Formats: sequence, structure tokens, C-alpha cells
Amino acid sequence: MNVKPDSPAAESLPGRLGITRREAIRRGLSGAAGLALAGPLTGAKAASGAAKAKSVIQIWMWGGPAHLDTFDPKPEAGPAYCGPFTKPIATNIEGIRICELLPLLAKQADKYSILRGLTHGINGHETASYLVQTGREPGDGQVYPAVGAVVSHFRGYGAGYQGLIPPYVVLTEPQGRFSEAGFLGSRHKPFATGGDPSKTPFVVEGVVAQGITDERQHTRRELLHRLDTLALTMKGDPRLAALGQTEGQAYDLILGDAGKVFDLGTETDAMRERYGRSRFGQSCLVARRLVERGVPYVTINYKGWDTHKQHFQAMRRMLPELDRGLATLLEDLSERGLLNSTLVWWQGEFGRTPKVQTEAPWNGGRGHWGKAFCGVLAGGGFKGGQVVGATDDRGEEVGERPIYPPDLIGSIYTQLGIDPEATLPHPQGLEVRVTPPIGPKSKRGGLLSEIMESLP
Amino acid sequence: MASRRKVWGIKSGSGWGLRGFAAGAGAWTNVKTCFIAGWLTVSFVAVGLQPAPAAGPAANPYALATPPQPLNRIDELVFARLTELGIPPANPSTDPVFLRRAYLDVIGTLPTMEEAREFLLDRNPGKRGELIDRLLERNEFTDYRAMKWCEVLRVKAEFPINLWPNAVQAYHRWIRTGLRDNVPYDRLARELLTANGSNFRVPPVNFFRALQGQEPEALAAAVALTFMGERFDEWPDERRAGMAAFFANVGFKSTAEWKEEIVYFDPGATNANLLAGAREATFPDGAHVWLCADKDPREVFADWLIRSDNPWFARVVANRIWAWLLGRGIVHEPDDFRPDNPSSNPALLDFLAAELVRSHYDLKSLYRLILNSQTYQLASVPASDDPRGEANFAAYPLRRLEAEVLIDALCQVSGTTEKYESPIPEPFTFIPEGTRAIALADGSITSPFLELFGRPPRDTGLMSERNNEPTTAQRLHLLNSSHVQRKLEQSPRLRALVNFRGTPQQVVTRVYLTLLSRFPTQAELQAVQDYLRNGPRQRGAAATDVIWALINSAEFLYRH
Repeated sequence: MNVKPDSPAAESLPGRLGITRREAIRRGLSGAAGLALAGPLTGAKAASGAAKAKSVIQIWMWGGPAHLDTFDPKPEAGPAYCGPFTKPIATNIEGIRICELLPLLAKQADKYSILRGLTHGINGHETASYLVQTGREPGDGQVYPAVGAVVSHFRGYGAGYQGLIPPYVVLTEPQGRFSEAGFLGSRHKPFATGGDPSKTPFVVEGVVAQGITDERQHTRRELLHRLDTLALTMKGDPRLAALGQTEGQAYDLILGDAGKVFDLGTETDAMRERYGRSRFGQSCLVARRLVERGVPYVTINYKGWDTHKQHFQAMRRMLPELDRGLATLLEDLSERGLLNSTLVWWQGEFGRTPKVQTEAPWNGGRGHWGKAFCGVLAGGGFKGGQVVGATDDRGEEVGERPIYPPDLIGSIYTQLGIDPEATLPHPQGLEVRVTPPIGPKSKRGGLLSEIMESLP
Repeated sequence: MASRRKVWGIKSGSGWGLRGFAAGAGAWTNVKTCFIAGWLTVSFVAVGLQPAPAAGPAANPYALATPPQPLNRIDELVFARLTELGIPPANPSTDPVFLRRAYLDVIGTLPTMEEAREFLLDRNPGKRGELIDRLLERNEFTDYRAMKWCEVLRVKAEFPINLWPNAVQAYHRWIRTGLRDNVPYDRLARELLTANGSNFRVPPVNFFRALQGQEPEALAAAVALTFMGERFDEWPDERRAGMAAFFANVGFKSTAEWKEEIVYFDPGATNANLLAGAREATFPDGAHVWLCADKDPREVFADWLIRSDNPWFARVVANRIWAWLLGRGIVHEPDDFRPDNPSSNPALLDFLAAELVRSHYDLKSLYRLILNSQTYQLASVPASDDPRGEANFAAYPLRRLEAEVLIDALCQVSGTTEKYESPIPEPFTFIPEGTRAIALADGSITSPFLELFGRPPRDTGLMSERNNEPTTAQRLHLLNSSHVQRKLEQSPRLRALVNFRGTPQQVVTRVYLTLLSRFPTQAELQAVQDYLRNGPRQRGAAATDVIWALINSAEFLYRH
């Protein structure tokens, strides 16, 4: 544990049965019984849908960011490990230091907790991305849904969500490496915006068309209706009625108010500056606007972190952009009173080789490192100013508080009021739970009870 | 003339892209006289539509006014069943509907303007059969069928199948070649089931690699699904174990070459000790067999499977092909054969299977048989709203174009291409510019469009993996995305089409032939001309909108 010494950290929970949550889970008391035993925080209430978080903003650090150069600096390991970043900076929480290129985030550390015990041991992008976002290792013949699709199922259409903006939005490019919705099917695929929010207009593929006036949208829609001879001939056919319904919804987005959420022209210049005029910064701003309107799940796919070569040059370029965008997002959400109900999750598929690879062809790069990496959780029922888990002196192995992917996403589900043991609908009728059962292929370190606020 | 140019937004004397239509213009002169004589009447008669008074209020460009007549044994069986149920079949489709349908179903490709015009103006009464014969010889028939078989066989480089690029290319080529050469289906199946060797050099061995597991049960499940149309997981334990025993001696080993794997008969495979002592296996029909140690049990199974009296083998493939052409299996789903999921027309399925066996598993001739039936050629406008009509083939079912066919159609009409790429290295797959989506070998090629429109992930081989349900996101993409708008606005082919030097009727006719494979109706001509007069003033915008409206019409988006 690497928590602030006098913080009320986590290990000893007010367990009525005198055992800690982690112990309960270690003893294999999985399922609703295990959760109920583990403490009063979750259990039946979670199953009944009590929730801290209403929305999630997932910042996907596509490619795997270096833990040593972000939220788990190791200056004592020397330049062979930390490269030029030898002077991590203090944050506004005593005892927590982060990379020197993240000064704005250092001022917001009270709002987020750092997970330094993340581990899964997988070094392939696809498998690791899949594992981190579904909680499952591949290979049992099923393709499981990612967190966004699960949230879309439990919090999207058919579960009370009425918005015209789809419940699962991706800014701007989908990961697309495998179906994010898995067996839940295309209803729960994310809506990927395309375009670039740092440009004006932000051309959201399908919603905002450049150079077509609203008047022309109206007249050509009328033309379409006049020329749609097959649909006119087969009026009443249910298949064509379904097509007509999608058209109605599409135009509500194109011409109605719902699509205006993507119009950053309604934000002040000062606000846009604050987030940074980068694609990432402006994506954070769009994400804030989306959760303000009740969209339950927004993923920002942030590319460029697979830095095998020219690693430190890339960090000098990208970390300030990350710093400005993420720090502003946390501050802005907090100022608007949205941070309590918005869960911000920052993480990639793995970390990067702690020891700098000086040999050719890398010449100062970092490779993939699934054994130990870090993530950040803020808001949405997670306490700030904490650190959960720790790596060794060189950032190579995690210590006594490992956090496996199902621990993390199970905690996220819990704070969203989604029971990790709830059943997902399966097309062949198989019984599939939101998170996998514990087994030799699915280890656990326990839910993140250290930083989970109790549910109402 | 000048006013027409202004309407279509033509720069005077710009000479846009007429070259591409030189051949078409030549063919056009043959029918020019028709237009002089009175374009509309002549063209409607030519396409088999009755003049309005004779056809009555139901007249439409899709269904003939005459009732259907049986053309072959299929129709006798289908119509007999419909009579039994008291459901009237739809009327026969018109020529343009048949033309477009046959192109889309056989070769996954739209007819060009020239092909459409030639067929529609042809007065030969046997022209439908001749068109079918021509289409069955097209390369795209092979491409399109290979695509469907690659879905069944899960041809995919990446997670969770992990064939890797080299093996994907070899396997796809083997499948494609076998289909092109019309290799009898029993031989294809036997090779897939019994091949030994390197995944690069003996492509059918990939059948047992394109799976998420390599245990005997996983191999048997794939065989049951692919060739028997059955869901192995739902079988009782005993039946599963009996069949798995045939696949307990499949060995896998890697070589020094990157991602090469040898699949081989391994009498001493570690998984054989599952059967320690018990060298007995049970066929799915319950018959027992003793396996001798020196013969690959896969061969024993394959020989049982492809026997002409096997109750699954021919029926399952005949039903698959029927489902590909008619949107629904006689047993539905086509990969869910089980006693409590009865066939909607057992006599029909028996007949198709018997024909297949009689032709020595000639798949192409089965296509020909089905395509020439009246049942296949019925209109999609049903004559009855009886809900049982669908399962009994009372009308041709409307179906949205599959993702691959739709993007290819958009590319074809606009003369544009798509860029496909694969993120999977060693080696990276090179996909030449202009490759058709139906010809892509690898199910893991990255394409947001194909993803959005429900391309199957090729993870399980189930036909239900493909999702053709319309979604709002798809609709937004077609109605309003920069991707589609760019294709329409920047297409030299479409510009040439709308700038064709002829009367407005001729231009609209060419647009309709290109996009909808038929001549426009009087009402459509009127609507288009109204729009060109009163629509947006911006140069070229009104013409683009007409094309935009047509590609967004149900008629363009749906097989009908």
C-alpha cells in the first residue's frame, strides 16, 4: 500500500462480520453473498440499482501509456528507468507525486485516486485491450461486451434513457479492433463521432454536414419521400416501417436540438482555451457537454501512446496536452457539480517497460508492460486523493495490493448501481454475468473498497 | 438546351467525363428511335409494364399483373404448400426487379446502366434464364460466394480466431478456387475434414485452426455446425463424446517459420488418452464404429458424412444456399437443425438435397435450379399479409443490402473506391486500391462502414452473426455523412451522368438505370424535374440531391 499514512484507507472496513471486503472476496465469497458479507457498501443495494455515478467518461490511453512517466514516477530508480524525468512534482495531496510534465493535474490530485497496482501480465495490444475493457481473457468461444456496451444495456434505451444522442458515444475514432458490443449486439455498439472537435465546425459524422443548410436538408428530405417509390408501394410493411423510424430519429439529430451538443461554438473562447485547443482537449469539453445532457457513457479514444521509439520526445509533446485536457475536465466537472455523478476513468491497455530500451532499434523507447501499470479514477462515487496499490522500486512488479481488470470494472459497475453479478442477455441463452467468476484464469485483488464511497 | 444545362449545374463546354460513356452512347443510338417515337410508352412496354388502364390501381414498377405459374419442381412444391395453407403467392416480379435481384443475389453487384438497359430492352422470352447463366460465370459470383463461405468457416486473421494473415490468404484462395472450379461439395468437405500439413501450404488444414479452442469437443462442434447445421453444445453428453472421439487425434505443432502450424494425424496425441482403452466412436446418428490406430478417425467420420444417404450433409448445404438466395432457410435458422425445429416444407428440402446428390454435389447447378424457379422470381410485394407467408416463401423477402454489398454499390454508382487496411502485422496485408468489399479475404480488415452496417465478426460461424437490422447510426451515415456526401459530390461518374447531353428525360432515365436498374415512372420524372426547377440554387446541388434521394430510397437499400 502506498496510501497517505493517515488517510482513512481502506484496508479495515467496517465489516460487521469482522473481515475485510478483500478477505471476503479472497475466501471466494463471490456473488451477492460475498458482496453483502464484504461490507455494507454494496450488496443488495447495488443490485437494486442505487448509484453514485450517472455517467462515465472513459479516457482510453490507446497504445498503453508509460506508468513511470505519468502517475507512478520512480526517480530513485535512476535514469536507466526514469530517463530524463528525474524530478516528479508534489501534488496538492501530501505524499503523492506525479510526473513533472503534469503540473495542472498535480493541482487536482484531491479529485482523483491513482491505481498503482494494476496488473494482468498480457503484453499484446488486442488481448490486453479486450481484457481491460471486458474483464475477460479471450478463448472460451464468446466475445464479451466492453464496459460501455454493458452500461448501454443497463442504463441506455430500454432502461430509462430517452436522449436522442446514443447512450454510448466514442470521441472520435472507434477502437474497432473487435466488436465492442460483443454478444450484446449492434444496438450497443458505440456511436463514433468521427471528425475533430478542435476544428470548426466539429463535423460529427452523420449529424453535422458541412455546407448543407438546414433549408436544403428539409427540401431534399421531401424529395426523398416523393421518390421513395418502393416504400410508398409497400406502405405498412414492418421492415420498411423500421427503416422509416430510423430516418425520423436521424432527422431529429440532424435538424433538432439534440445535435447541438456537438456545437462547441456555444462555449466561450476562454472555456475552449482552458481545455486546450487540441483534439484531446476539445474532446474532453465535448464529453463534459454530453454528460451534462445525461449521456451515460462517453469514451475518448486518445491515440499515440504506443511509444516504442522516440518515447521521451513524444512524452514532452503529449503530456502537456493530456495535463491540460484532463485537469480542466476534472476542475470543470467539479465546478459544475457534476463530478459526484460523473465517473472519470483514465487508463490504457498496459504500462510500458520500466527500463528504458536503449538498444537498437528502439534507441530510447519503452515496450509493452502488462505486469504493472497505473490508472486513475475520479468522481462518480470514488474518493480523491488516494493511491491504491504500489509497484516495486523500479515499477516492474505490483506489490501486495494487485488490481486485476475485473476488480476495477466491477468497482465501476458497483458505483453505477450495476450489480457485477447481474446477468447479461445472451443470444444463445447462456448464463453470463457482468463480471466473470473467479478462477485460475480470472484472478482478483478485490473491489476498490479503499476508495469507493458508500452508496446512498 | 441552355436551360437544361443551368438546371443540372453544368459548366458550359466543360466536357466532363463523357469519354467513359462512349460505349454506352453507341448502344444508346440503337434505342434512340424509341424515344423519338414516344419515349415513355415504348420503354414501359419494353420492360413489361402494362399501360396504366389495363393494370388497374395496383400497378407498380415491381410486380406483374398476372398470377404466377410454376416453372419447375420447386414451384410445384412451394405452391402446393401455399395452397394447403390458403396463402396466395405474390405476383411474379417485373424484369427490372428480377434483373437487380439476380445481380445482387448471385454476384453481390449492381447491374451497370448498360447491362440494365440491354436486359430490359431484350425481347427474347428466355432472357431471364440466359442472364442467370451469364451471372453464374462471373468472377464476382465466386468472390461473393467465397465471402459467405469465409463467414461460415471463420476466415479471420485476428482475435479471437487468430489465423494470422498468411494463413488467411492461403485459406481464402483455396476456398475461392474450389468454388470457382465448382469442385463437388463432398470433395471440398472431405478435404476440409481430413487435410494434413502446413497451414500455409495445405490451406484446408485451417479448418481446424479457425477456432477458439483445439480440444476434440471444440473441433467436433465446428464440424457439427458447418456440415450438419447442428449446435453441438445442445447435444446430450454421450452424443457429444461419441462424435468428439473422431477428432481426438488431431495434432498441432508449430515450426521455425513465424505463425506456421502443422495440423496432422497424431495417433499418440496427448488428448487421445481421453479415450484410453476406448477406441470406440459413435456417429451422430447413433451408429458405433471401432477406430483402428493406424487410420485417421477424421477420415472415418468424413466418409460417413458424405455418403449420399447421410440425412444432414446435402440438406444442410442445400438449405444454406436456399437461405442465401431467399433470405430464410426452409429450416430456419439454417444452422439450427434439430428435431424440434422442423422444416417448413420437408418435401422441398428433400427435393433440393436429392437434386444436389444427383448432380454429384454440383453447387452451381443448385443455384441455377433455384434461380430459375418462379418462387425465386416472385415479387416482394406480398399478395397476402398472412404471417405464415414468410416461412413458406409466398413472396421474395425484403432484405437490406449487406454491409459489403452496400458499400460496393455506393462505390460502383459513384465510381469511387474505399481504402481497406489491416492493423495486423507479420506480414501486413496489402489491399490494392479499388478492392471490392465482397472480395476481402480477411474478416479482421478495419472498416468503420462495414462495422456500422453489421458485417459478421466471423467469430463463431453462425449465420446469425450478420446483422442487417437498420439503426439510426446507419441512417445518419447514409443521409448526412461526409463520407457519402463526398462520394456523391466528387464523383466524376455521377457528374458525367447528370451532364449527359440529351433531353431531361434521357438524363433522368440514365440516372434511374444506373441507380435503380429501371426506367423512371411518370410520377418520378415529374418529381425530379420539379426539384431541379425549384430545389437548391447552388451549382450542382439539386442534381446531387436527386442522386442522394435515390441512394437513400428503400429500393436502393433493400433487395426486393
